[in-house]
Amino acid sequence: MQAITRIQSRTIVLPTRDIDTDQILPARFLTTTSREGLGAYLFNDLRFDANGQARPDFVLNQAAADGCAVLVGGNNFGCGSSREHAPWALLDYGIRAVISTEIADIFRNNSLKNGLIPIIVDASTHEFLLTNPGVEVEIDVVNSTLTLPGGTVVEFPIDGFARYCLVEGIDQLGYLQQQMDDIQTFEEQRPWTP
Amino acid sequence: MGAPRTLFEKIWTEHVVVAETADTPAVLYVDLHLIHEVTTPQAFTLLRDKGLLVRRPDLTLATMDHSTPTTPVSTLKDLLVAGEGAAAQIRQMEANCAEFGVELHGFDSAHRGIVHVIGPELGATQPGKTIVCGDSHTSTHGAFGAFAFGIGTTEVGHVLATQCLLQRKPKTLGIDVSGSFAPGVGAKDLILAIIGQIGVDGGTGHVIEYHGEAISAMGMDERMTVCNMSIEAGARAGMMAPDEKTFEYLQGRLHSPTGGEWDSAVSRWRSLTSDAGASFDRSVSISANSLEPMVTFGTNPGMVVGVNEPVPDGGGDASFRKALEYMQVESGKPLTDTAVDVVFIGSCTNSRLSDLQQAADVMQGRKVADGVRMLVVPGSQQIKKAAEEIGLNKVFRDAGAEWRESGCSMCLGMNGDTVGKGQLSVSTSNRNFVGRQGIGARTVLASPMTAAASAIEGRVADPRPYLQQVN
Repeated sequence: MQAITRIQSRTIVLPTRDIDTDQILPARFLTTTSREGLGAYLFNDLRFDANGQARPDFVLNQAAADGCAVLVGGNNFGCGSSREHAPWALLDYGIRAVISTEIADIFRNNSLKNGLIPIIVDASTHEFLLTNPGVEVEIDVVNSTLTLPGGTVVEFPIDGFARYCLVEGIDQLGYLQQQMDDIQTFEEQRPWTP
Repeated sequence: MGAPRTLFEKIWTEHVVVAETADTPAVLYVDLHLIHEVTTPQAFTLLRDKGLLVRRPDLTLATMDHSTPTTPVSTLKDLLVAGEGAAAQIRQMEANCAEFGVELHGFDSAHRGIVHVIGPELGATQPGKTIVCGDSHTSTHGAFGAFAFGIGTTEVGHVLATQCLLQRKPKTLGIDVSGSFAPGVGAKDLILAIIGQIGVDGGTGHVIEYHGEAISAMGMDERMTVCNMSIEAGARAGMMAPDEKTFEYLQGRLHSPTGGEWDSAVSRWRSLTSDAGASFDRSVSISANSLEPMVTFGTNPGMVVGVNEPVPDGGGDASFRKALEYMQVESGKPLTDTAVDVVFIGSCTNSRLSDLQQAADVMQGRKVADGVRMLVVPGSQQIKKAAEEIGLNKVFRDAGAEWRESGCSMCLGMNGDTVGKGQLSVSTSNRNFVGRQGIGARTVLASPMTAAASAIEGRVADPRPYLQQVN
């Protein structure tokens, strides 16, 4: 995985609460054996009508969204299915960070494993971002801070180990494989076997 | 004696290979890894790319359910019902399991079915185990006193390669369910009411332990229904202490221990309860006494009311209003006048024999209303067989419903079974998300009894009048 230390971008705002992974990537696009190319179907049913025409009122279809890498969502973003295809689709589309007041557990885990930065902010920061779409923000992954226009700096929580892996570009599987001696010992010494 | 511990803490502690520190998560051992065709191909590709093997194929169990058609499959043409992508995914699953030596319950297995149905059915799901699967409804297995949770495909790769996961210890949420259910009300109504009470993010960061007299009184099928939807409250997992019903369910199953090993397993399992005085990070109480049959009216499972209660007004919230517009329902009115196009009985939430039996009790001698399509999809081939042995298939077919092969079916529109645009479906599945059952599909989540009553009336209906007539 590539190291990620800093993201600077304007924001796209999707204010709806509880945006689930079925909306991020509908299940019918999961019939793939690859992780590539899913950005084409990101928010498919919100982005396109039944004839495949772009819906002009959807935020991703508006000119202001071009080149934006930070998505601000309503509370409880990414709830529902465990499909990692959801963060894959966001990343493939060009989104590098998601900001909300709450981000669902499995989606957050999946995002961190792929270099999509999940950022939890307080209600007033969230409200500012929701009501000011398109503002330029800066995300400093090393110091876990989000800088708003005007220089306000907001710290966001992120697991220290996940941050270390993101900043150093470390694959967590490699770390797990280094624990193999302990895993083997655990298997040999446990009082019962599954 | 140490400090009193919860059921979750006991299982967690026993599976820590390397303890967590401020800088590093715990390395947690996985006793059972369930896999299916949709969330694993990229993980197997990773193994191949890195030249790795499946470390413990003996602790890995595979089936095909999500993109698998529920019409009979004997030729490639049959498989293509769900589309070329789905067919390729299924063939890839067969190839991956053969190459890496994983036990696969595919089309030639009498035990194929929904992954969360066959784990318990095969006796692979057992108390005290850590169980993971690339599927959020893995929480189902917690009904047996296991710590079971959904993971993403990268983590599927981690478990295949190392049999371990990197995890931070979650918090605990105790939910006490007192009282007993009125006739026509059950496990599905309870879990919908709980999600309505604590919210779709009420369990985020937590493992739920359900306890109390109403939980003890439930059978294993009902307990699975409750644990299954823990994720719908945002919880990592849901679990319940095992008891005599758990042991009775497991005895004699294919993967269950036998002989002396069974006896020692049961004696170990008996210790898997939360100690008196053990504390949860949070606690919630609910009474089963006053519950009614529940139905969802919006686009997440927390938007739920009693079947005869008016839909609330949401206080002007934009997301709430948008959900009602999508569902084409009005605040202030109950759902009972809402016309139904499709009824789906199935999914890892409600496709077990007792679910089918409850729906059949309502359907017995009655007809599906004109213009309503009803699909009944058993959770596994074993359940299908057992249901046919007691004539449930005949009850459904005589009523005008379709009786299918096992699979995830209409729970998620990716296997050929979908709800049409704008159609309203009363579904025993777990998610009423926008487009979940098909593009533009409107989903009302309900119990098998409520779904069956709705099929008969062609509108969302209270099942209780039908039960009185049965009795």
